[in-house]
Amino acid sequence: MTTLGFVTQPAPPAAAPSLILTLKDPLVLQSGVTLSPVTVAYQTYGTLNAARSNCVLLCHALTMDQYVVGVHPTTGKAGWWDYLVGPGKVIDTERFFVVCANVLGGCMGSTGPKEINPATGKPWGLDFPVITIRDMVASQAKLLDHLGIEKVFSVIGGSMGAMQVMEWAVRYPHRVASAIPVAGSYRHSAQNIAFHEVGRQAIMADPEWAHGNYLEEQRNPKRGLAVARMAAHITYLSETALQNKFGRRLQDREALTYGFDADFQVESYLRHQGYTFVDRFDANSYLYITRAMDYFDLAQENDGVLANAFKGTPVRFCLISFSSDWLFPTEESRAIVRALNAVAANVSFVEVESDKGHDAFLLDEPEFHQTLQGFIDGVAEICGLPARAKEKP
Amino acid sequence: MTAPALQPAHNSAPRIRIDLQHVADLVPPGSRVLDVGCGDGTLLAYLTRFKHVDGRGLELSMARVRAAVSQGLPVIQGNLETDLKDYPANAFDYSILSQTLQATHNPRAVMEELLRIGRRAIVSFPNFGHWRVRMSVMFGGRMPVTDMLSDAWFDTPNIHLCTVQDFIDLCRLMNVRIEAAIALNAMGQRLGFAATDARANFFSEQALFVLTRA
Repeated sequence: MTTLGFVTQPAPPAAAPSLILTLKDPLVLQSGVTLSPVTVAYQTYGTLNAARSNCVLLCHALTMDQYVVGVHPTTGKAGWWDYLVGPGKVIDTERFFVVCANVLGGCMGSTGPKEINPATGKPWGLDFPVITIRDMVASQAKLLDHLGIEKVFSVIGGSMGAMQVMEWAVRYPHRVASAIPVAGSYRHSAQNIAFHEVGRQAIMADPEWAHGNYLEEQRNPKRGLAVARMAAHITYLSETALQNKFGRRLQDREALTYGFDADFQVESYLRHQGYTFVDRFDANSYLYITRAMDYFDLAQENDGVLANAFKGTPVRFCLISFSSDWLFPTEESRAIVRALNAVAANVSFVEVESDKGHDAFLLDEPEFHQTLQGFIDGVAEICGLPARAKEKP
Repeated sequence: MTAPALQPAHNSAPRIRIDLQHVADLVPPGSRVLDVGCGDGTLLAYLTRFKHVDGRGLELSMARVRAAVSQGLPVIQGNLETDLKDYPANAFDYSILSQTLQATHNPRAVMEELLRIGRRAIVSFPNFGHWRVRMSVMFGGRMPVTDMLSDAWFDTPNIHLCTVQDFIDLCRLMNVRIEAAIALNAMGQRLGFAATDARANFFSEQALFVLTRA
């Protein structure tokens, strides 16, 4: 998570250890490959009500995980949606039973390339099958089955999480009352695939990657992964945000050094982002998950007509985009809105003014939080869930 | 005859702007409604809460869209002149356009879209044929600035003003049936004659029509 500017928040409590579900049956992937065994690592917050109707499923982004709130066990920092999720917050854990699972292909306990391949007794590495957004969602559906939740009140996620939200709404329209894709799209654009390819090539160009066998060979492609992260990180920000935060200011020095050290603060910042990332993320997971995003295209699988994906949908949608997001620009959300209008679906759509770029969905953005709160309260009323507790004076 | 003050749908219902109240009263409970140019969602919120309509809104101003969505209303940001084409035919029982037709680039095309999307359209607009407007031009020699038309000519959003009679002529030209025609004063109170009455073109400051395809 980026923090451009300091925000004072009370220190969150440490996250509880993740729960692990091992699926009874193998998972047949979109590629046709059968994957087994499949584990899903997840966290829950709040309490499931008697009617099992107050579940909010959160879908995490590319490099996030199931640790939504509380102190992350690896980074020691607050979870990725600590701003939004918790008692009395927008996604109020006193009202909702919040579930978040590490995606299939991830590296925080769910089955992914760093786990052991039972056939060989070694880490999967590149023998791990290519997975898709649909496969991620299928594993989450199995988790909900296990938790005895037939229908969720809302499925919410940003960025790659928004792709999963869209997939949920399209694949299981009767299992979600509302869907909130934030800063997302119905397909990965050419530009986004291009950025991902740069990241993957950076990893694969690192000799330590060892054709994906680095775990077995006890090597660590951290340089490649750090470069991948640095390139990706630029896409999460905006030019304005970078300029305001760093400008051309120098890092701990009075003058240019006429060398290739991190003279500029922005270089130092990016290097820091890269180096800290490698401590918590698996390089092969990065390859697989970025691939899943690249393959995502809801229009293509509906003969190029996105609206066909939503015919007769009973789901209430709320799309939210950010004005300075150039990775998933507003136009992407608007294309989804147009498709939903074409089937007269129930849709709300707001573009939030922000100069923070794509990362705005992870930051303290009052307009975003207010919009989300209003939509959630509106749907809660329709679904017969209790209203938000009145704020204390 | 003078129409009595309108009663809200329920005793508990709050009062909304009186011209919106007239629109609300024309919508049967449980209808599917698209409020085009819905602003901050005042009418939509009223219809949803007190008439249990399945309502949607389209609004140009992002600030107003945020205000509406923050109330839990299904409103999207969009431009009515380009975005109505996205909706399927007969998707709604009513499409509503309040006090906005005169600000569109192509009012006739907008009317066609409203009547394609909705089985009925409810359209209200300020009457440029009102006597105060006529006097302003005739004796003042200047573009009118009235309660209904409060902006000076150089910064008004109203680019296609019409009179009640002009509007009725357009309906005839488009072969559109007028189901109801309500004449209102600037306060939004009903006048003692219909908007199709000859007096309306001179005495009504605004008018409200319910239209269907003939």
